[in-house]
Amino acid sequence: MNFEFSDDQKLLKEQARGFLQSKSSSKDVRRILDGNEPFHPELWKGVAEMGWLGASIPEEYGGLGLGYLELCVIAEELGRAVAPIPFSSTVYLFAEAILAAGTEEQKQKYLEKVSAGEIIGALALSEGPGAVTPKTIQSSASGGKITGTKLPVADGDVADYAVVAARTGSGSDEGSISLFIVDMKSAGVKAEAIETVDPTRSHAKVTFDGAAAEPLGAAGQGWAILDRVFDRAAVLFGFEQVGGAQAALEMARDYAMGRYAFGRPIASFQAIKHKLADMYVATELARSNAYYGAWALSTDAPELAVAAATARVSATEAYHECSKENIQVHGGMGFTWEFDCHLHYRRSKVLSLVLGSLPRWKDRLISRLEERNAA
Amino acid sequence: MDFNDTPQEAAFRAQAREWIAANRPADGWQTRTGRDDDGIATSKAWQKKKYDAGWACIHWPTEFGGRGATPIERVIWSQEEGELGQLGGVFIIGQGMCAPTIMAHGSQAAKERHVPKIASGEEIWCQLFSEPGSGSDLAGLRTRAEKQGDEWVINGQKIWTSGAHYADYGILITRTDPNVAKHKGLTMFYLDMRSPGVTIKPIKQVSGRSDFNEVYFADVRIPDSQRLGEVGDGWKVSLTTLMNERLAVGGGFPTNFEEMFEMTKVIEGDNGAAIDDAAVREKLADWYIRAAGLRNTQNRMMSALSRGQAPGPEASISKLVLGINRQNMASTMLDIQDTYGVISQKDLAVNGGQFHEIFFRAVAHRIEGGTDEILRNIIAERVLGLPGDIRVDKDLPFNKIPSGAN
Ligand SMILES: Cc1cc2nc3c(=O)[nH]c(=O)nc-3n(C[C@H](O)[C@H](O)[C@H](O)COP(=O)(O)OP(=O)(O)OC[C@H]3O[C@@H](n4cnc5c(N)ncnc54)[C@H](O)[C@@H]3O)c2cc1C
Repeated sequence: MNFEFSDDQKLLKEQARGFLQSKSSSKDVRRILDGNEPFHPELWKGVAEMGWLGASIPEEYGGLGLGYLELCVIAEELGRAVAPIPFSSTVYLFAEAILAAGTEEQKQKYLEKVSAGEIIGALALSEGPGAVTPKTIQSSASGGKITGTKLPVADGDVADYAVVAARTGSGSDEGSISLFIVDMKSAGVKAEAIETVDPTRSHAKVTFDGAAAEPLGAAGQGWAILDRVFDRAAVLFGFEQVGGAQAALEMARDYAMGRYAFGRPIASFQAIKHKLADMYVATELARSNAYYGAWALSTDAPELAVAAATARVSATEAYHECSKENIQVHGGMGFTWEFDCHLHYRRSKVLSLVLGSLPRWKDRLISRLEERNAA
Repeated sequence: MDFNDTPQEAAFRAQAREWIAANRPADGWQTRTGRDDDGIATSKAWQKKKYDAGWACIHWPTEFGGRGATPIERVIWSQEEGELGQLGGVFIIGQGMCAPTIMAHGSQAAKERHVPKIASGEEIWCQLFSEPGSGSDLAGLRTRAEKQGDEWVINGQKIWTSGAHYADYGILITRTDPNVAKHKGLTMFYLDMRSPGVTIKPIKQVSGRSDFNEVYFADVRIPDSQRLGEVGDGWKVSLTTLMNERLAVGGGFPTNFEEMFEMTKVIEGDNGAAIDDAAVREKLADWYIRAAGLRNTQNRMMSALSRGQAPGPEASISKLVLGINRQNMASTMLDIQDTYGVISQKDLAVNGGQFHEIFFRAVAHRIEGGTDEILRNIIAERVLGLPGDIRVDKDLPFNKIPSGAN
């Protein structure tokens, strides 16, 4: 047994960390937080040049074909650095959907552009408050045209192409939903940036008014494809969350060591020590579960469904715990715009909602266990 | 990443599996895993059989009855031994804590005389550390040892001593010099539990059982040859025991997720099976991710060990997480049964009262081998590098330390 990343993968991690420390510093992240740019263009360009966008895309489609373990390693570092770029939308969601269901031609066309950093992708599902289910999707498609409103769409305002879920059948079951690829710059598409809890990741309201829609996968298969994409993305987002949790834990630790109260570093108070110990435990459990998810993802194991939900739930909880308690450890400083604590608090919330909320994932985990045991 | 056995690991697994299949105790052993005479006899018989065939304490050096197995082989063995591993319960303190201490600090004679017998199950050992006035603060202990010729004379009291009533030997920490700082005046010994002057009184526990005891020492004599480490070095020696304790105790508790999961399918609530209730599903998920997290952390630790890294304080995670979670999990499982959950009588209780047992046992789980609070201190200080707690008594001579008893 070897339940560890390889030396090469660890080296990649170090390189990624070094690169992001210089290119996605607090100053860089804050440039996006405080300014009007939707993402950090130089960082995006750098990430593309490093080949990260195509890390797990097969070489025949212009990627590096390294594999998913490598992508997990990169994801963790992107999470640690709160990277303000449309990486997850483009790679974990858009590219994965094309890989899962695209025709050979679609793969050639889109994946090469993703790998080269020429396009930004997005996934458009949600249409309003509450869970995304086959029932709540009202956007509809027929005759190659799509109509409806999606919000929020992560990176919808900057995406060149989006995978969009729309109703093609009359029922309310899963078979009534199909996926389409829409050129976001084409006629009948309107994307407006919206305010969200995390301005370092841009979101939009997207309106389709008879926009041209290219089918992705067979009609009525939308939900099944999304299921597969979600399992895979859950592991990758899980790594981002673990990276973020670890960064928040370290931030809290460093602050506690240097801040004095009552003549002692606050790190010497047990209430603070125990809080940090609990943050550490949550992060380590999440990391271990993420590793298992990484293994299942990289081998496409039958355990993927359970492993992915496990990784997702643990990582969401760990990041939530660490990002909020990091602020608590910082006291009043933690509530200032000037300190970086809120970068993680914001990102943690966005990441916990992007694939559906925590209760939904807990439910999904138990459903997967029921299916596994029944099989 | 690769969960498959290497060819060597696969060969080892096959060998272990074959031996177990050919030698396992006849069915019915499951009802005899208690700590009564019958249970102990069953445990001893299985242990002896393993020992004779070279399958006992396999990670120990061969000179002490082990086979110098790698950490991975140890895991493979315990996977293959499966539920039969329960039979080893009475040996955990001896094999998990006492023997490593003797191997590290005992005389050559002590090692040769006792360690193989601990491996074979012939000797059961106990750990005489805690006292009524000193548990977490172990170095505050008061049991006295005074040198008389070639012997030491012991007076005092220990408490919470698991298995003292059936143990053959025990390791004992004492105070040999009350005039120096508290960590400096301690000395370790081991002794025959049937020595004159030793009185053992069972203590009834929350669970209604009596697994631990009070142990009184009245002029008990121990030969100097049974000292472990130098006079005054008892604290250092005890750390060997405590570190091994965290490894031995931490992983030893099952998560019982499967039983929990199955039960929620069977028990009916207002809207069908309990498992269909959203609140129940959330709790199941919480418990599952922690159980999986511990298993996966264990795998990471094993990978590190197999590369020659030493086990770190990270091992403290397991007991901390399992203790709290088993307690909450059992409580939830009784809640799900609604009013019926009060029934613990085995023939009437759901699942034979398994969750009622955990409900009580988990209380101790959070205390024994280091309380939750002490484990958090260890993680904070040794893993995260935070400052140690302020110790106002550290530099005072022991007999000048104020205490409730003075
Ligand atoms: C089932 C069981 C079996 C046991 N078996 C054995 C055995 O075989 N041999 C043996 O020697 N002992 C044994 N023990 C004793 C066990 O090691 C002690 O109970 C344990 O170390 C706690 O000590 P205490 O009971 O004196 O509690 P105390 O130390 O009095 O603790 C009381 C409370 O204070 C807290 N506390 C204490 N110090 C600190 C601190 N520095 N910071 C924060 N909180 C603190 C504790 O966490 C706890 O909540 C056993 C205990 C149990 C429950």
